[in-house]
Amino acid sequence: MTSTAAPDRPATQPRAPRRRALAERLLDTPLADALAGPHTVDHYLEILRPDWAVKRVRGEILDVRHQNEDSVTLTLRPTVTWPGFQAGQHVELSVDVDGVRHRRCYSPSGSADHRTRTVELTIRVHPQGVVSRHLKAHARRGMFVGLSLPRGEEFVLPTPRPRRVVLISGGSGITPVLSMLRTLTDEGHRGEIVFLHYVRGPRELLHADDLAAIEAAHDNVTVLRVATREAGELPTGWLSGRFGPEHLRRALPEDADAAAFVCGPGALVESVREAFREGGLTTPLRYEHFAPPELPEMDPDQLGTVTFAASDQQVEGDGRPLLEQAEAAGLRPEHGCRMGICMSCKCRLQHGQVRDTLTGEIHGTPGAEIRICVAAAVGDVTVEL
Amino acid sequence: MSTTAAPNDHEPRFVPALDPDTPLSPSAPDGEADTTAGSHLPPREERRRIDPSRRVANPPLRAVPHLSQEDLDAFGREMEAIRDKHVRDLGQQDADYIRGIIRAQRRLEIGGRAALELSFLPPLWLAGVAALSASKILDNMEIGHNVMHGQYDWMQDEELNGRTFEWDTACPADQWRHSHNYMHHTHTNIVGKDRDVGYGILRMSEDQEWEPYFLGNPVYATLLALLFEYGVALHDLETEDLRDGSWDLKARIPMLQAIWGKVRRQAAKDYLLFPALAGPFFPLVLAGNASANLVRNLWTFSIIFCGHFPDGVEEFTVEETANETRGGWYVRQLLGSSNLDGGRLFHVMSGNLSFQIEHHLFPDIPAWRYAQMSEDVREACERYGLQYNSGPLPTQLWSVARKIARLAVPTEEEADAYLASDRASAIGRFVVSALRAAGRGAGQLAAAVR
Repeated sequence: MTSTAAPDRPATQPRAPRRRALAERLLDTPLADALAGPHTVDHYLEILRPDWAVKRVRGEILDVRHQNEDSVTLTLRPTVTWPGFQAGQHVELSVDVDGVRHRRCYSPSGSADHRTRTVELTIRVHPQGVVSRHLKAHARRGMFVGLSLPRGEEFVLPTPRPRRVVLISGGSGITPVLSMLRTLTDEGHRGEIVFLHYVRGPRELLHADDLAAIEAAHDNVTVLRVATREAGELPTGWLSGRFGPEHLRRALPEDADAAAFVCGPGALVESVREAFREGGLTTPLRYEHFAPPELPEMDPDQLGTVTFAASDQQVEGDGRPLLEQAEAAGLRPEHGCRMGICMSCKCRLQHGQVRDTLTGEIHGTPGAEIRICVAAAVGDVTVEL
Repeated sequence: MSTTAAPNDHEPRFVPALDPDTPLSPSAPDGEADTTAGSHLPPREERRRIDPSRRVANPPLRAVPHLSQEDLDAFGREMEAIRDKHVRDLGQQDADYIRGIIRAQRRLEIGGRAALELSFLPPLWLAGVAALSASKILDNMEIGHNVMHGQYDWMQDEELNGRTFEWDTACPADQWRHSHNYMHHTHTNIVGKDRDVGYGILRMSEDQEWEPYFLGNPVYATLLALLFEYGVALHDLETEDLRDGSWDLKARIPMLQAIWGKVRRQAAKDYLLFPALAGPFFPLVLAGNASANLVRNLWTFSIIFCGHFPDGVEEFTVEETANETRGGWYVRQLLGSSNLDGGRLFHVMSGNLSFQIEHHLFPDIPAWRYAQMSEDVREACERYGLQYNSGPLPTQLWSVARKIARLAVPTEEEADAYLASDRASAIGRFVVSALRAAGRGAGQLAAAVR
């Protein structure tokens, strides 16, 4: 795996893909597909060369860092199928926990520069988080995780790069903007960059060393660290309090020729947007919320609206299985046994939760496949029918 | 049967499966479900025990005249309690099991195909055929069949998703999911509805009316065993309708195209591409791949035919199952299936379809659990006086072979019924009288010899 890209290559060009070895290229041919059929070449590669892939994207964990008690930082080496990403994008990581594959989105915090061959993910551990707690406890060098292609087209560094860049983040919202900061410095960006970051207190600051190193190495980078809850004495250079117009003035003294990015909890994002509105700023602001989804407790008998998305129909939930409700609404969903054994009627749940009419269990996550002949809507539900 | 397990102090919590408004049956909605039975199974010693010699009025299933509708539903609830216990326990061990089997299958396949490429050395040819046969058997049974039942859907792994999995055999997975998961598993052993009774070409039940075509029963069965993957591929086409001319070719063109596409890809892989890679040893690889497919065909045919056709397995009529409840469905699954005795490796190589009874009771539970589940099922069967069919493979195969031969030839009554029916053709009449003459001749010969 040698880099063939010239170091002086213009930063805005897409990342040069790693050159594939001949064997790898042979594996990505119709002949190889035919020989592996009906399975995929990747199925067999998984046994022979887990670090190779022709279609799917996986990442090998090269390094695991524990910056503090409630985070874990993974450095991944992706398979050649990884196309590279733009700073600010996120990726869906999949990992098996107790036999079940879970998928979570994380924004890489490393540089998106084409010379970087790794993907760094910093994962905040949630007290109830299945994936984050699993990775905190079990991530080891040499393990493989599944990766999606990078996602998100809005919250990315524009091309060409703006002259001045203001990066604002709160808590674990640091990851995509840190990626932007590192990408800009790796590209040799000469304009002024202000990095304004909010944490509860100095001990919660992730990537403290990385930030200090970048600050020391680049004259054009200013890092402003803000403690929002610390009562005691703060280290030199730290600010305190929540985001307000005075912080914004320090970060963006001139409203011209700049671009601003904010990522963090909803409250931070909202107050930044408000400050921009009230100040009548013309600097474009791009924002991303970092809020874990919350599932409210459901009363199993709660009824709501059932939406059949593909046929654009809505009916009132009445506690009967979704298959019957769909039929009553005039739809003809594919089905078989009507008793939950043949799986013919499985379809994707887009939103909401359902009750298994056989066991009474309430279940459902967006994107899960449910047997509609034995699933009744609990509250508002949207299915792909 | 003795249960060695200590009385369960931790009974599985039983959630009533039977919502009064839920139709209980695949074939017809039931009126009222028994919701008075409570939501917990009683302790083991207090559980329902039924004298198999008693007779109830109007038994819902003629095969079990000692069980009332209420008994069937109570049995169904006990089965659901067993299911529930295992659903709650799904997790890492199931994932490790199926991934382990998949790894073994992939290794056997890679090893087998590599050995066949070098098969100018005779021992490698044999080893290659053995490994590739085992690989195909694992792929079709313990992996393909079971994954396509949705047994591992809860793992949320798109490569183990029952709706999208494709397997290494001629039958397109989508058609299999219809003919098997729905038609066969819902209507198991209902003559006239379950097309696995005879696969549309054999006479496997007295309830199928005899006609001269069935004289070829042993020949068809032999051909089906040899070409089983193609028999399965054509299964969903319902070609038996060709015999009475009601088969609609036009409606089935998309299915035929899908089958042709799959058969072509499979054949190209096994009979063209892999042999071609061996250059001058093309014929050796071709023969090896054909042998592996043949071994797989014979093995899967044997296991599957021993699941529903040995002596002791019941068939059912459309009428007696018209108002079937979910409890009745469970009893029918039990009585319509038969297990095979064997060791652990035997069960793995048969995709745990050697636990055909448990598979039919719990088709969406990971199959490696059937061995554990069978203890609870046997215990319940004993209390309800229900027959639990089981036997070793050779005995069961012999029993199936006898049945295939026996049902080819009509009894006197079956021959009369045929002659009296409007299906009787001139050739048919001639065949029947020839059979009778031959039967009389054989009788006279036997008497003369004596």
